[in-house]
Amino acid sequence: MKTPMKAFTFAAGCLSASFALADAPVLTVYAPDYFVSEWGPGPKIEELFEAKCNCDLQFKPGDLLPRVLLEGDKTEADIVIGLNTDVTKKARESGLFATHNVALDGLTLPLDWTDDTFLPFNYGHTAFIYDTTKIETAPASFDDLLNAPDDLRLVIQDPRSSISGLALVLWVNAVYGDKAADAWAKLAPKIVTVTRGWSESYGMFTDGEADMVLSYTTSPAYHIIAEGDETKKAAIFPEGHYFMVELAAKVASTDQPELADKFMEFVLGQDFQGMIATGNWSIPAALPKDQWPDGFQKLDLPEKVLFYDETEAAALRDTAIEAWRSALSQ
Amino acid sequence: MAQRALSISAGLALAILTLGPIAAVLIRAGGLGSFRPGDFEALQFTVWQALLSGFFSTLLAIPVARALARRQFFGRRLLISLLGAPFILPVIVAVMGLIAVFGQNGILNSGLAAFGGPRLDIYGLHGVVLAHVFFNLPLATRMLLQAWLAIPAERFRLAASLGLTPWGQFLTLEWPLIRRIAPGAFAVIFVICLTSFAVALTLGGGPRATTVELAIYQAMRFDFDLGRAAMLALMQLGLATVAGLIALKLAPSQGFGVGRGRQVPRWDGRSTMARTFDMIWIFLAAAFLLVPLALVVLKGMPGLFAGAGQGTWTAAKHSVLVALASTALSMVWALPLANRKGELLSVAAIAISPLVIGTGLFLILRPFVNPFTMALPVTTVVNAMMALPFALRILRPEAEAVEHDFGRLRQTLRLTTWAWFTRVWLPRLRRPMGFAAGLTAALAMGDLGVIALFADPDRATLPLQVYRLMGAYQMEAAAGAALLLLILSFGLFWLFDRGGRAGADT
Repeated sequence: MKTPMKAFTFAAGCLSASFALADAPVLTVYAPDYFVSEWGPGPKIEELFEAKCNCDLQFKPGDLLPRVLLEGDKTEADIVIGLNTDVTKKARESGLFATHNVALDGLTLPLDWTDDTFLPFNYGHTAFIYDTTKIETAPASFDDLLNAPDDLRLVIQDPRSSISGLALVLWVNAVYGDKAADAWAKLAPKIVTVTRGWSESYGMFTDGEADMVLSYTTSPAYHIIAEGDETKKAAIFPEGHYFMVELAAKVASTDQPELADKFMEFVLGQDFQGMIATGNWSIPAALPKDQWPDGFQKLDLPEKVLFYDETEAAALRDTAIEAWRSALSQ
Repeated sequence: MAQRALSISAGLALAILTLGPIAAVLIRAGGLGSFRPGDFEALQFTVWQALLSGFFSTLLAIPVARALARRQFFGRRLLISLLGAPFILPVIVAVMGLIAVFGQNGILNSGLAAFGGPRLDIYGLHGVVLAHVFFNLPLATRMLLQAWLAIPAERFRLAASLGLTPWGQFLTLEWPLIRRIAPGAFAVIFVICLTSFAVALTLGGGPRATTVELAIYQAMRFDFDLGRAAMLALMQLGLATVAGLIALKLAPSQGFGVGRGRQVPRWDGRSTMARTFDMIWIFLAAAFLLVPLALVVLKGMPGLFAGAGQGTWTAAKHSVLVALASTALSMVWALPLANRKGELLSVAAIAISPLVIGTGLFLILRPFVNPFTMALPVTTVVNAMMALPFALRILRPEAEAVEHDFGRLRQTLRLTTWAWFTRVWLPRLRRPMGFAAGLTAALAMGDLGVIALFADPDRATLPLQVYRLMGAYQMEAAAGAALLLLILSFGLFWLFDRGGRAGADT
């Protein structure tokens, strides 16, 4: 029986391949899975940072916070990048993250940001994206969307398994407050289905199964820049759009504190900020609008931005999800 | 004795791999979590959709398998192989394929609209069941077909010479076979549907279709409530064990006695009506299963031809390696477990949330090794384990039949274990083993359940790559990678399956 041997040889090969370390100090960065693909921002970040740090930046993709919490202060991570505001409260309370010491005056976010632990590197807003060749006049406000005919087909994400889905229920809550349940009841007949994550929803939209998809105000930029297609637009609502930001943080137990600090500085620096728009299809957190890539300057962006800080969001979360769940379960 | 020791250690390894991770999660959590109000509804929906999915998959498989068993037509072999394909598709791809057919904008609705027909809505409980039948009908069909083809041809000849009516023949030959195979097939499908999450949610149309697995996901990733996740995982385990026990109770394990292993033409089912019915069943099954696949293929072509990208090819290589290693491991693991207890154990093992297994293994392995370096080995072992119940469901009836039919011969001739193994056992089990190996390989290509905590940037598998591409707006490249995954899974499946059937007349 040679076969089990092969499995072991294979396993052993996988192990030994990882021990090929360079001499340079290693900065270990935990990042969401999509970061590290050749289409994600990971490879560019690695290239740019390694050019100036004389170090070896290694991305470790996967679940961010669950993983760091499981590992506790024994984690190998020096930096965690790609966190969202829904987990910052839990992350902060764990005491596993250190303050970043980066000056925040260069930030160009649409709202004030004073967090000394979690550093924003790009942002966007929740928005419903539509195809101008299929919908002539998109809903001009959230109210319009609620009162649109029921044959307008929407696809959204589940707030229990997806960060954009969670942002949507908070968005509805921010716009409609204690009338959120009524808003969901009006929206329910238009919702074709709810998917586990953003990818499935967006796939259904590009396949023509839905007329509008819950995504980000920045999504059209991808189509404009990468595909030269200007027919995908975000419907902008005067009631405001929910603010979505991605964050980086330094791990308190890092064995490379200086390198980690350098990386946190780098995140708001020109190199990183100039690349992240097209690297991660989001708006740079510290770059004036006139320096954004052309495609981003063409984006329709909301005047008004809605946002709950982590304490408010944590307090509202269960009620907001329940309003969604009970209305859509009817 | 040696055989027994082998059985026990294989069973023990499986039990440790199943319960170890839950125990690790429980210890870390410091106890079971609380039951929440919504959980009861989730549990109800989970069980109900799994029951319906298992029932319809098995029920519909009966006429399809019967038709395939007694008809010969051009392309039958290819069709039988192709019918295995839905089972091995990654969930996200299969769902897209189904939506392309049954969705609001799908070809079915477009066709109906062209004739002024009503609009069908796929989203709801029926959509969930439809998708699960799409995945599992082929599995049930193949399990039954396998058994049908294992009826010694002499029995059909005897039935013909006794002049049994079709109904009489059904009662004496086919019904015992269905009773022997169907409960097990139902149980495996029921259990696999218990852990459904993305399919149930997307095609269920929203929170009405909340399953226990979604609650586990939420507890794990969003609330970081390990105790609750472990509690829900134990609930899944309990359900699966009950299902497994009932199925094994219902299924008698007698065979049909010995034949000479010849292929004999069949005399039954020659009436025009029987022929027409068989052909209708075959046509319907083929259309239901193959049209969505064809759409996946069409959609993936541009992406694949555009050059799927370096990452995709590397991921493909990893997936094939994982699949081959998983298959080898799974076969070695399955053979000593091909008995009643082994099968029950393996069915219980797949009921446990992949997320909980992943987290538990992470907690267990972390003190000793760097989990990042373990991405592919862990995937290999878990995939092998997840494929076990399917492998066993296919192997066990045949293994027991060989034992039952040829055991006396073995004693009379005083065959050594080796001679028995190489001369009787392996040649007799070649067909089911080929099928089981093919299924394992294909399953191992498609699965990504546990990798989230072990992911390694340089060792992505192909399903993970599909998700990564979609996450980066690369829908076309993702469709291409999905097609590549389909081709490779199917290729492996076909190679093993054919290998097992080489020289056989079927």
